[in-house]
Amino acid sequence: MAARPELMDYDKALEMFEPVVGFEVHVELSTKTKMFSDAPNEFGGEPNTNITPVDLGLPGSLPVVNGQAVKYAISLGLALGCSIAPTSRFARKNYFYPDLAKNYQISQSDEPIAFEGSVEVEMPDGTLFTVPVERAHMEEDAGKLTHVGGSTGRIQGAEYSLVDYNRAGVPLVEIVTHPIIGAEHLAPELGAAYVETIRDIVRGLGISEAKMERGNLRCDANISLRPRGQEKLGTRTETKNVNSFRAVERAIRYEIQRQAAILAAGGSITQETRHWHEDTGRTSAGRPKSDADDYRYFPEPDLLPVEPSLELIDELRAALPESPAVMRTRLKAEWGFTDLEFQDVKNAGLLGEIVETVSAGSSPQAARKWWTGEIARLANAAGPEVEASSLVTPQQVAELITLIDSGELTDRLARQVLEGVIAGEGSPSEVVEKRGLKVVSDDGALIAAIDDALAAQPDVLAKIRDGKVQAAGAVIGAVMKAMKGQADAARVRELVLERAQA
Amino acid sequence: MPDPRRGPNRLGAMSEITREQVEHLAGLARIALTPDEIEKLTGELGHIVDSIAKVQEVAGQDVPATSHPIPLSNVFRDDVVGETLTQEQALAGAPEHDGSRFKVSAILGEEQ
Repeated sequence: MAARPELMDYDKALEMFEPVVGFEVHVELSTKTKMFSDAPNEFGGEPNTNITPVDLGLPGSLPVVNGQAVKYAISLGLALGCSIAPTSRFARKNYFYPDLAKNYQISQSDEPIAFEGSVEVEMPDGTLFTVPVERAHMEEDAGKLTHVGGSTGRIQGAEYSLVDYNRAGVPLVEIVTHPIIGAEHLAPELGAAYVETIRDIVRGLGISEAKMERGNLRCDANISLRPRGQEKLGTRTETKNVNSFRAVERAIRYEIQRQAAILAAGGSITQETRHWHEDTGRTSAGRPKSDADDYRYFPEPDLLPVEPSLELIDELRAALPESPAVMRTRLKAEWGFTDLEFQDVKNAGLLGEIVETVSAGSSPQAARKWWTGEIARLANAAGPEVEASSLVTPQQVAELITLIDSGELTDRLARQVLEGVIAGEGSPSEVVEKRGLKVVSDDGALIAAIDDALAAQPDVLAKIRDGKVQAAGAVIGAVMKAMKGQADAARVRELVLERAQA
Repeated sequence: MPDPRRGPNRLGAMSEITREQVEHLAGLARIALTPDEIEKLTGELGHIVDSIAKVQEVAGQDVPATSHPIPLSNVFRDDVVGETLTQEQALAGAPEHDGSRFKVSAILGEEQ
């Protein structure tokens, strides 16, 4: 076990050093087929079933570019404010690792489809920060390796890896930023906000599921420090395995503190890949940059250049949806949220969820209340890496809210239903059915319970008639208790007041 | 005695390809070369580089760089699912598998 590395106090680190960050974000495109083969773009099921000879790189197989993936990549490039290259080419990136059977990945090297753009990122305090984008290029995803055999290594030669190539060849766009300078102490927050903005952009375009927890959206964070006043950029590390917005933020903060401690002690930073560990909140050294990173890119001889016509580019540009920044302004007005309410929703990363919940029939305020309230609380309780959006779907939340609005559930019952939905017991209606959580809406049953309560507290009716309406509270409480909470307190109150007037 | 049939002198190479570069390339390509082979390839690769340099001299500014001999571009496929291999077919050429996945020796390293 390596000793816990020393960390410098964050504020002190920022006093001494200027942080420079950069991001490589991989977006998996939601085309029907893969980038270079007509195999289904699906993985996670039975291993090695969604593959063709192209995905295995079998002799004699020829890749052919998926036209839809090219259109998606151009749309994304345009949404990032990039120029679209009149000619772009695929290249072979050569490396030996069994996540691709060919021993190379088809990618784009010096001729990417999109280059030089920028993304307006809204910071937690509402200000905008412009992130310079160097390029967005097309490439193929790799297969999935499962390592078998313990790290104990007691049985010599027993360790091996199993490879599933279903994901091999899935279309990716990799978005690479220039070094980002000037975020200062908000560099960690900028990282999270940038990746979230990319998520919103690709979702808005409808070109990716963009779920970080499923790996549709993956971020590598480059971080370096330079002493205040120094022009030259410091040596950077590249942190991988940051699988949530929060992880991006935490990993950047950690690396700043780690690197600052090393530099302040007179040490130097090793240029290397580092792995983020969500459980310990630390990064650990991975592979140092070495000769093996000499990928010997060369033009892919099996593929022809991509030369999108100006007409196609104009057509895709015209079809671009509103940018996340414009959309936010519109939504805030449409929903009628206060600045604080809207900022809360945005900072919680729940805008998309609320959009979908509202479009599934819920009122904006109810959607906001449930997502930022109970669901966020349950996500928090489930662990730091759990996103509220991974617990329930917007459709389920909308259904829950409909049940509340129609009087079939109280908020209290709805919370129990929510727990059932999260536990996988089915849709809200199914959970209501299975758990027997329906509100007692039978007035007869309620009146009987009210009569029982009044018999126990005979002076209440007189008090109410004397104008002390709050006296009804004791009866309502007793009825709710008798109904085990499965009654609508407002309806009970109405019935009690009616009784008093009778 | 050096073999007169190979080596830089026979090819008259003037390039700057060194032994170290050939060893480096062989390492990257996972090709085990004998010292004799390294020497031979140092000369041959140098010769190839020289030949390309000559072609570059001939090609003027007006000749664009090309990566493909056929003047074609934009050859795309519709996004329509086609036939896939069965799991048995996919694994047929694998030296080892576990019935559904390819089995490879443990890899010390990471995804690229």
